[in-house]
Amino acid sequence: MSVYDAGLLSDIGILLLGALSVYIILATGQLSLGNAGFMGIGAYLTSWLTVVAGLPITAALIVAALVSGAIGVAVGFPALRLKGIYLAMATLGFGEMVRSFFQNFSAMGGSEGFHGMHHVSTGYIWTWAAIVLVLIMLIEASPIWLEIRAVRDDETAAGLVGLNPTEIKVGAFGCGAAVAAIAGGLFAHHHVYIEPGNFSFERSIDFVLAVILGGSTVAPGALAGAVILVVLPEYLRFLADWRFAAFGALLIGMLLVRRQGLLDRALLRFAWPRSRA
Amino acid sequence: MLIQQLVNGLTLGAVYTLIALSFSLVMGILGVLNLAIAELFMLGGYFGFAVLMAQLPLPLALIAGMAGAALVAAIVERIGYQPFRAAPVVTPMLSTLGFSIILQNVATNVWGSDPLQLTDEVLSGRFNIGPVSVSAIQLTVLGVTVLLVALLAFLVQRTSIGRALRAVAENRDVARLLGVPAGRITLIAFMLSGALAGAAGVLIGVHYAAITPYIGVEIGLKAIAVMVVGGTTRIWGALIAGPLMGVVEVMTVAYGGSQIRDFVVYGFMILILLLRPQGLLGGGRSDQGQRV
Amino acid sequence: MNSTAPARLKLDHVTKTFGGVHALTDLSLQVAPGQIVGVIGPNGAGKTTTFNVITGAYRATSGSVLLDGHDVTAEPSHRIARAGIMRTFQNIRLFSDMSVWEHLLVAQPHAGSFARRLLPTRFSNPKAIERAEEVLEFFALGDVRNRLARSLPYGLQRKVEMARAVTARPKLLLLDEPVAGMNHDEAETIRSLMLRLRQDGLSILLIEHDMAFVMNLCDHLYVLDFGVLIAQGRPEEIRLNPAVLDAYLGRAA
Repeated sequence: MSVYDAGLLSDIGILLLGALSVYIILATGQLSLGNAGFMGIGAYLTSWLTVVAGLPITAALIVAALVSGAIGVAVGFPALRLKGIYLAMATLGFGEMVRSFFQNFSAMGGSEGFHGMHHVSTGYIWTWAAIVLVLIMLIEASPIWLEIRAVRDDETAAGLVGLNPTEIKVGAFGCGAAVAAIAGGLFAHHHVYIEPGNFSFERSIDFVLAVILGGSTVAPGALAGAVILVVLPEYLRFLADWRFAAFGALLIGMLLVRRQGLLDRALLRFAWPRSRA
Repeated sequence: MLIQQLVNGLTLGAVYTLIALSFSLVMGILGVLNLAIAELFMLGGYFGFAVLMAQLPLPLALIAGMAGAALVAAIVERIGYQPFRAAPVVTPMLSTLGFSIILQNVATNVWGSDPLQLTDEVLSGRFNIGPVSVSAIQLTVLGVTVLLVALLAFLVQRTSIGRALRAVAENRDVARLLGVPAGRITLIAFMLSGALAGAAGVLIGVHYAAITPYIGVEIGLKAIAVMVVGGTTRIWGALIAGPLMGVVEVMTVAYGGSQIRDFVVYGFMILILLLRPQGLLGGGRSDQGQRV
Repeated sequence: MNSTAPARLKLDHVTKTFGGVHALTDLSLQVAPGQIVGVIGPNGAGKTTTFNVITGAYRATSGSVLLDGHDVTAEPSHRIARAGIMRTFQNIRLFSDMSVWEHLLVAQPHAGSFARRLLPTRFSNPKAIERAEEVLEFFALGDVRNRLARSLPYGLQRKVEMARAVTARPKLLLLDEPVAGMNHDEAETIRSLMLRLRQDGLSILLIEHDMAFVMNLCDHLYVLDFGVLIAQGRPEEIRLNPAVLDAYLGRAA
């Protein structure tokens, strides 16, 4: 495998984690446009832990995930009273606030950025990505996931059968924040340099794009989306300068003809007939 | 110094007002967040610049910016909104996001990612009123904004199109029953909204004498915060929120450093969303995202 | 009604207003363990509002709701549900995209700790599966267990909703027009199911327009009109009550 291909694979793994962070939150019916903020928190915290505090990378990632998850719960608790567009706007604002915060956070380089991290291998990134993806797919067979689906579908009815919608939504938001932080930590140790601009609105959009294109109703959809976003431009070299326009058009087209995205349960069942749940 | 900053803030606030009105026209009437508005604003600026660079006068540039942006807004409405009328409100938001990605990419390829500079000064001269120095450009920005807002107010409050717009805002189904052609009305709302964003783009371009493809994300997105502060379900909240947020931002830059301004602006928006979802000056009726 | 027996459900002088309009005025009612009690009245009498107040969807403006003597007036819906009050809806509210089987599993929240509920269902919650099988059999829904609930015929959807409500073994079941739109045979099935549920000690409070159905089934009836209780008693008493006749027939005339 060439260095170039390894780089692409790493990009896919990191984007997969970011997309999954959006997917978990979307499963409860909430769209977050600010997951780059949690990614930034994860990136800066992990980098500080390995470079300044001297922690091993795995421990640093776990700590960052826990801290970001806690921040997610703290933010989610008031924010999840908002729904739909209003939540989307609030999360967008949150993401931009985090970016702006790191721009001023001179202890970590401010707008100059931060470096000194050790490079991690593609295999390491994919170990994390695979663990998180498999974990989520396992959870999709659990009672918790049924509860999440019930809350997404009809919060009132879910409450009246004894489910606590707030707890479920805030919990999912916290999990999404934790996964985004892992994506951030790995991003920082893959590129060995980070700056606040890495974690802007556009990054949040990449995550959302991957989920919507790949399939927003099944976890492997995030994988499909991440592959599409990273690999497609490689095959569409003639589009080089126009790839973002192509993605935008792809997004609109997908919403028009197949709103659930490329993969859905029916397609997965068709592909692997024996694995029907 | 303070008053000088106030004037600078009002100039930025005027541009915010126009973009926020653009957002809230669509949001207030259709309950949809058109994320492409940020890029319509940027496009308007480029259209205006094209006219100015052809040595044509500023009013023509304004018209070009408004008409161009309105035309693109019409395309956004037909492809990005109409097919999703019955879908959950987040879906048309995502499709307009698709348009915003496309438009930014197109602008980068057509005009380059470096800032486009105005070589000739469009308007020169400054007026000194006491200790305050106001440039002709600032006066133009403020004047044009007031004029456009007045025009919009007339259109919405006094004409039959305006009545139809307000009817659709009240209740789309009822409006249709009463014979209001809802499909055409949403198209008009999108185009009006686009024209406002386009005008704002020309004004900001002339004010900075430069424009980049990223100005939509840098300034246009922040107008969402302005709209929220003004109240998402009331169109005219932007008239107060725009100048207010412009002044807040300029003051933050002047006394706190330019880096924290986004933090302050978006923080303000989140506070309003959580504490006063009806907007800073909205009535007592709590409308906590119930459109959704 | 035996006044010394502790009431399963007790509404104590409940009033609910919406912006000054009285939807319910000073309503008191009781359901004893194992009783089937009906709430009847013309449209807009406040029947569904009563259900919404009991289940915590609305909060009573004044008065209190007691379940087995515990005040649940200010509790959120999900706590009231877990305390043992489950309901169905006049316009059926099933979860889209969920099979009948999944409806019976999801209606047993907190069967097991959080960590266990993260495991695949077949490992984490054998008891829930057992219970779901039991309910499936009780309601004779075995044939459609893997069908999407929303894709079933109307009568079966009502049954699924009722099954979902009893899966968690509630103490009190609220049924909002359980036989509306059903033919005679279907209604008869629902009636026998309710009687069997009562044998297991479940209390039932129901709203129903079908008078014959109510008269044949209920131990006790409450009659509401414009949010006010105008009569209560055994079905045969209600049948002859002039105020009730007036509320129903007087309006029709």
